[in-house]
Amino acid sequence: MKILIKNGRVIDPLSGIDDTLDILIKDGQIVELKPKIDTSEARTIDASRLVVTPGLIDMHVHLREPGYEYKETIASGALAAARGGFTSIACMPNTLPVNDNRGITEFILGQAKKANLVNVFPIAAITKGLQGKELTDMADLQAAGAIAFSDDGRPVTSSLIMRRALEYTRMLESLIIDHCEEPELSADGVMNEGEWSLKFGLRGIPAAAEEIMVARDILLTKLTGSPLHLAHVSTRGSLELIRWAKANQLPVTAETTPHHLLLTDKMIANYDTNLKVNPPLRSEADRAALLQALQDGTIDAIATDHAPHAPDEKDVEFDQAPFGIIGLESALPVLLDRLVQKKIITLNRLVELLSTNPARILRLKNKGHLRVGADADLTLIQLQKKHTLDVSRFASRSRNCPFAGWSVKGMAVMTIVGGRIIYSTLPQ
Amino acid sequence: MILKHKHLLGIEQLNPSEISTILETAESFLEVSRREVKKVPILRGKTIVNLFFEPSTRTRSSFELAAKRLSADILNFSRVSSSVVKGETLKDTVLNLEAMNIDALIVRHSASGAPHFISTFCRSHIINAGDGTHEHPTQALLDAFTIRQEKKRLRGLKVVIVGDIIHSRVARSNILLLRKMGAKVVCCGPPSLVPLEFRTYGVDINYNLDEALKGADVVMMLRIQLERQKKNFFPSLREYISLFALTPQRFSLAKKDAIIMHPGPINRCVELSAELADSARSVILKQVENGVAVRMAILYLLLGGKEREDTD
Amino acid sequence: MEEKIKAKVMDARKIKRALERMTTEILERNRNLENLVIVGIRTRGIYIGKRIARLIQQAEKIKVPVGVLDITLYRDDFSDLEAQHMVQKTEIDFPITDKDVLLVDDVLFTGRTIRAAMDSLIDLGRPRTIQLLVLIDRGHRELPIRADYVGKFLPTSKREMVQVHLDEIDGVDEVLITEPVEIE
Repeated sequence: MKILIKNGRVIDPLSGIDDTLDILIKDGQIVELKPKIDTSEARTIDASRLVVTPGLIDMHVHLREPGYEYKETIASGALAAARGGFTSIACMPNTLPVNDNRGITEFILGQAKKANLVNVFPIAAITKGLQGKELTDMADLQAAGAIAFSDDGRPVTSSLIMRRALEYTRMLESLIIDHCEEPELSADGVMNEGEWSLKFGLRGIPAAAEEIMVARDILLTKLTGSPLHLAHVSTRGSLELIRWAKANQLPVTAETTPHHLLLTDKMIANYDTNLKVNPPLRSEADRAALLQALQDGTIDAIATDHAPHAPDEKDVEFDQAPFGIIGLESALPVLLDRLVQKKIITLNRLVELLSTNPARILRLKNKGHLRVGADADLTLIQLQKKHTLDVSRFASRSRNCPFAGWSVKGMAVMTIVGGRIIYSTLPQ
Repeated sequence: MILKHKHLLGIEQLNPSEISTILETAESFLEVSRREVKKVPILRGKTIVNLFFEPSTRTRSSFELAAKRLSADILNFSRVSSSVVKGETLKDTVLNLEAMNIDALIVRHSASGAPHFISTFCRSHIINAGDGTHEHPTQALLDAFTIRQEKKRLRGLKVVIVGDIIHSRVARSNILLLRKMGAKVVCCGPPSLVPLEFRTYGVDINYNLDEALKGADVVMMLRIQLERQKKNFFPSLREYISLFALTPQRFSLAKKDAIIMHPGPINRCVELSAELADSARSVILKQVENGVAVRMAILYLLLGGKEREDTD
Repeated sequence: MEEKIKAKVMDARKIKRALERMTTEILERNRNLENLVIVGIRTRGIYIGKRIARLIQQAEKIKVPVGVLDITLYRDDFSDLEAQHMVQKTEIDFPITDKDVLLVDDVLFTGRTIRAAMDSLIDLGRPRTIQLLVLIDRGHRELPIRADYVGKFLPTSKREMVQVHLDEIDGVDEVLITEPVEIE
C-alpha cells in the first residue's frame, strides 16, 4: 500500500528540514521525500495546511497492564497514544506483576501486537520486584525486547545497586532511567515543599529530595562511564546539576513533563487531586527554569509520565489520592498552544523534544527522523483550529487530567505507524 | 444572607468586614448564653451533624451546645480516619448523611482540604472545625472575640504566638485573621517548628522568646506534642521548656496588661506554668465561653433566615 | 423602590398629645407603678418607651426602668421580606419575673413582631402581666393580637406603608403614609 502525503510543511530537525515537501510511503518505509512527487495508485493525503513531523515518541508512559487493567490496558493506552499523535511509547515496569522477567516483557509485546496500533517498547525493571535489592536478568530482558531499564515509580535507593546497574548496562549498550527521589526526605509529602504547602496545610516534598539523587546519579555516571537518563526533572537545582554534567561531557540526558512546564504548586489551592503528582508540581521559579532549560538544551526530551488512575481512586481527600496524571491525549495540544504559539520554543525545537531526541536516547535507529529508508512513522499536525480538551471523550480509561476544559490551538490530525494510518480526523 | 458564603471553610475566604460582622453577632449570642433560659428558637427544625474524624471533646461539645441553644437538632457522628483502617470513604459517609436531609455539616478531619473536597459534592452548609494542619476558623474567630473583649480592638496590637506553629491549624487561622484585622504578629519557637516561609504571611519570626515577648499585648501559647520530639523536631522536652515555656518571669517582659491565651488542652508545666494558667491574666476559660457564642453566631449567619440559592 | 408621601397624619404636637393621653391611661390602669417595667422593641419602640417613662416620672415622680428588646432571633419566616437581619443586643438589665411589663412598639400591623416579642420575654423571665402600647395601629392583623394603648388608629391599605419618624433618630416627629411608585 502506497501513501502519498502532499504539500505538507515537513519538519525534521535531524536533517534540518523545514519545507513544503511531498512524502511517499511504501511497505512501511519512507521511499521518497522531495518537492513534487508523482506517483500512481497511492492513497493521497492533502497536507497543504498541515505540519508533517517524524512520529512523536513518548518515552515515559504507565500502561498498567498486567495487573491494573481497570486503570488502563495496553490497548486503551495505545489508542490514547495514537489519538495524541504518538507513534511510539515506552512503558514503565511497575505493573503487577512487575516487568522484571522475560515472560512479562513478551506478554506486553504480545498485547501491543494484538492492539496493532502504536509501537510499544517495554522498559524493564532494574531490580527484582522493584525492591531495590537484586538486579534483574538484564541481558535476558533486553533479548526479549526491553528497550531500557528503570525502577520508575520508585528510586533506586542504594547507591551500590545503582552503580552495579550502570556498569552492567554498559556491556549491553542499554540505558538506565532513574526516578530521582530521596525517600526519607520525601516521606509522607504530597506536594512541593514551600510557601504554598505551608499555606494549604499539606506535607511537603522538598526540591532537595530530587536534587540529592540527581547529584548522586550524575556522580555515578562519572564513576562508571555509563549513560543515564533522568526521568521527569522538576527543579532548578536539578537543572544546574545537569548543566554541570553536560559541561563535563558526562553521558547524561534528561526529560521533563508537560505538567511541570505549565503548572505550579500554587494552583493546588482548591485541593484538586488532578494536580497531585510525583515529582510534585513545583514553584513558578522552577517552572521558569524548566522553560529556559528547554531552550538551552539542558532538557533533551519531553515525556508525559502518563499515569492513569480510576476516578474513584482520585475522588478523595488530597492526602489519600494516588500520585499521577494522564497525558497522552493532552500533551501535544497544550505544548503547541502554550509553548509554541507563545513563542517560548519553536515548532522545530518541540519536534526535537518529542521525537528526534527520544529516538536518539532510546537508540531507535530508524525512528525520530524523516529520510529515505526511515520507518514510516509520521504525525500530521494542524496548528490553527481552536478546540476545548474534552476529557470525557478520551480513549484512555482514566480521566485524571489537569488540562481538562483547556481551550487550545493545535492538535494531531493523523497518526501513521509503519506506513499504516492508525488514527485520522481528516475527511476521506 | 448577611454573609455571602454558603460555607465557612477558612479565614482565607473572609474579608475584614465579614469578620467584624461575625464578632458583632457573637455579642448577642453571649447574652443568650448567660440568661436563665439559654435558648432561642431561630434554628428550630434545622438538622446539624457534627462529623468528627478526629477525637475532640471540647470543640465538638462547643458546637453541640451552640446548635442546641439555637433550637436545632444535632447529631454526633464520630469516625476514626486512618489510611490504615480502610472503611467507608469520606465521600460515601457524607452522601449517606445527606440522604437523611440534613442542613449543615460540621467537619473535623485530619486531611487538609477535606472540607473543600466535601463542598464539591455536598448540598449542605459546611463548617470547618479543623482540617489537618490547614485551618480552624472558628477557633481564630473566638480568639479574636476574646482579644476584643479584653483590648477593645485588634488593630495595632502585638500578638505573640509560641510553639509548634508548622503543625498548627489554629496558628494559621489566627495569623490570617489577625493580619487581616491589622494586628502585628510575632511567631516564636524552634526553627524546625517555625520555618522562615511563615514570613510570607506577613508575620515576624523570632527564635528568642524573651525578645519576642517585649511589649506584647497578647501571648498565645500552643500545645506541644510529645511525638514531635520523637521525630527530632527538637532534642528533648527539657530543652524545649527551658527555651520556649511561658513562666511568670518571662511573662513579665510583656506589657503589664497583657493576656495569656491557649486553644486547649493545656499541657500544664510544659508550655505554660500552672501559676500563669490560673492567673487573672489568663483568658483561657473565657475563650471556652466565647467559643459557644461565636459558634452560635456562625450557625445563625449561615443557616438562619430564608435559604437563598445565590450564595457560593 | 421609590416611595411617595400620601399624607402626613401626625405632626409633633399630635404625637405629644397621644403620648400624654396614653400615659394617663397607663396610670389609670396600673395601681402599682412600682411593679411596672417598660420594654421597647428595637428600634423606635425604645424611644417611645423612654418618652413614656419620662412622662410617668413627671406625673408621679416614679422612675420606671426601660429595657431594649431585639426580636431577630424569634422572628418567623413571614415577619418580613428581608432574608436575614443583623442581630443586635437585647439589653434588659432588670428582672422581669413577676413584673408588669409594658411592651412598646411604634406600629402594630400583622402582629407577628409582638408574638415574637412575647416569646422572647417569656424566655427571659416570667412576667406577671404583659401590656402593649403602640403609637399607630394600622390594622391587617394576621394573628389574634391587640394593643392595650393606641396612639392613633389608622386604616390603611396593605400596599401603603406607615413611617414613624422620631426626633431622637430621624430629626423630626411625624407619622407619614407612603405608597410605592411604579417605575416605568
